Amino acid sequence: MALLQISEPGKSQDPHQKKYYVGIDLGTTNSLVALISNGFPRVLKNKEGSELFPSIVSYKKDSVIVGEYFNDSASITFSSIKRMIGKNIKDLNSSDFYSPCEFIGDDSIVKFKVFKNLLTPIEISSEILKHLKNITEQTLMGDIEGCVITVPAYFDDAQRQATKDAASLSGLKVLRLLNEPTAAAIAYGLASKKISKIMVYDLGGGTFDISILDLNDGVFKVLSTGGDSSLGGDDFDYLIVDYIQSKLDIELDSEKKYILYLYAKKIKVALSETEIVDIELEKIGLENTKLTFSRDDFNLLINDLVQKTLKISSEVLLDANLSVNDINEIILVGGSTRTPFIKYSVKNFFNKEPLSDINPDNVVAIGASIQADILSGSSKEELLLLDVIPLSLGVETMGELVEVIIPRNSTIPTSSSKEYTTFKDGQTAMSIHVIQGERDLVSDCRSLAKFIIKDIPPMLAGAARIKLEFQIDADGILSVSATETTTNKVTSIEVKPSYGINDSQIEKMLKDSFDNAHTDIKSRHLNEAIVEGKRVILSINSALKIDGSDLLNEKELKYIYKARDELEEMLNSGEKESIIDAVKNLEKVSETYVSRRMNSNIQKIMKGTDIKEFN
Amino acid sequence: MSITITENAADRVKTFLDNRGSGVGLRVGVKTTGCSGMAYIIEFADNIDKDDTVFEEKGVKIIVDPKCLLYLDGTELDFTKEGLNEGFKFTNPNEKARCGCGESFSV
Repeated sequence: MALLQISEPGKSQDPHQKKYYVGIDLGTTNSLVALISNGFPRVLKNKEGSELFPSIVSYKKDSVIVGEYFNDSASITFSSIKRMIGKNIKDLNSSDFYSPCEFIGDDSIVKFKVFKNLLTPIEISSEILKHLKNITEQTLMGDIEGCVITVPAYFDDAQRQATKDAASLSGLKVLRLLNEPTAAAIAYGLASKKISKIMVYDLGGGTFDISILDLNDGVFKVLSTGGDSSLGGDDFDYLIVDYIQSKLDIELDSEKKYILYLYAKKIKVALSETEIVDIELEKIGLENTKLTFSRDDFNLLINDLVQKTLKISSEVLLDANLSVNDINEIILVGGSTRTPFIKYSVKNFFNKEPLSDINPDNVVAIGASIQADILSGSSKEELLLLDVIPLSLGVETMGELVEVIIPRNSTIPTSSSKEYTTFKDGQTAMSIHVIQGERDLVSDCRSLAKFIIKDIPPMLAGAARIKLEFQIDADGILSVSATETTTNKVTSIEVKPSYGINDSQIEKMLKDSFDNAHTDIKSRHLNEAIVEGKRVILSINSALKIDGSDLLNEKELKYIYKARDELEEMLNSGEKESIIDAVKNLEKVSETYVSRRMNSNIQKIMKGTDIKEFN
Repeated sequence: MSITITENAADRVKTFLDNRGSGVGLRVGVKTTGCSGMAYIIEFADNIDKDDTVFEEKGVKIIVDPKCLLYLDGTELDFTKEGLNEGFKFTNPNEKARCGCGESFSV
């Protein structure tokens, strides 16, 4: 019979509707899948009993194999494809990614010539995800309903979008992308803390990443990141190989070197448990030589690399304007942090015991699975808020001014709405310009999207009601919808606010807004005065057209025209005060006209009406 | 009337309850659903209702409501591995038939 898992009270799933929500750590070297089962994180294993699924994709003439390395001419094998996802050909040329085949591409994307096909890194990554999906669904005998995939904190929007595209290509529904360090913090249950500064030290097989997170009331913000994309545990293995070679003073052929390299990995792992190992040189054909290797020897070898990671750590601290003492928690992630010397060095550097109880290979996947469980709604815990928008979002209003609808640092998902009206009598269309930024003038901000609302019923200026709603989902996708309230007609658009913008640009935009605060206020006031002036001119013109000559004599008319023309001239003067004065002047000379209009309108209404009706 | 649990399953339940941090025991039951009539329920229990029957065995409280007990009398609960998957298994003498996939049964 089918095997059952314990559910939360009342959350038992019906038969044949087994749906699973999983967390996926899509790594450079290895990937992992975890899920919450029986209220407890469980990391899936492959047939060999390993939790690590190598992120290797091999193409043969008419098949694709994931997880195995083929070094023959009949296959094209990609490893570390994560380094290329969401990148362009320039990045490829300047990176240390090794392409196993010819490639073409342009500024936006790279394509690899794999036999007769042209494949993008997205398609290649999707093979890994497809593989993980199949194994998971076979193991659990159910469908993956949704997943949370982790990405490095430094991934930009193109890389994040590409990761999502790879997931949808593989048939996975992404509930959310989660930053890897954030996932690690969630795995350690830190999300329940009110305020905390968390440093995540992630030393994997081939990459080193360090991130500082600021946790505030359930919201994680990445303060700074750093690392070295070609520093990892594999380097330790090479160092051991070099060491043995130097002790033996012989040259090894590449095959023996490879055997020694695989053996070095085992030695490294063994040294995490024992102080000294005997090196078995029979493996490389040396029967009678004896060699031992101690933990101290190893520590000496890797000391330079470890110091390098600590140097990067202090740079990242400096970036975030923090000192070692400001850090409340340190989390060790990545298999290489099992090395006792690294634990010891990190502890010494930060003067604090790092968190390392959870298997450092699994911790990111576990955090992702916890988040997936929360998002699926099956957990007891509240929905975690994990992100904030970095820049305010708003719309352009008359006078090229920006009106903020969702202020920056709002936690997402969020939504907010505002009502707008028409500027002119009989206006039937309205252009909505979606803006991102902190400055007051549209020209100083980023334009995200423009759309036009049509078919507004003609009404007096100010009578129409347009409800504008801004909604940001958990992935930061903004949808703007405009509803004309009398007809309930909806016009909407979807934008990705952070597309093509990076952290330093965001920072610059913020800094600009502070530096230019005074200028901005000035220009805002000026533009507001201009808008007001234009509005007054418009309304006086339309009034004069109706009954100007009936209610005013020529002299009076001339006065009003003069005041109006003066105002019109002032609009271009750039002087806020002069415009306001001119507006006041026009209003003053029109006073008699306005009161006569009022009287004549009242008379029109009252004419032929019984006086009793007005009581 | 009784429901029993194997040593292996009892250990698992205790571990899971410990990890969860709260809960008084394990609630088992049946519900009418699925292609063959009924399906098993296995959930953490946060409270015991006054009508519930509680079987305490191998350090685990198995909680079942009186109606479900009629269908579950004599059942043994085990925790096993099948291929790559692992989980709880009901061996129920009242079962007459089962749907192909084994996810639901009839009595």
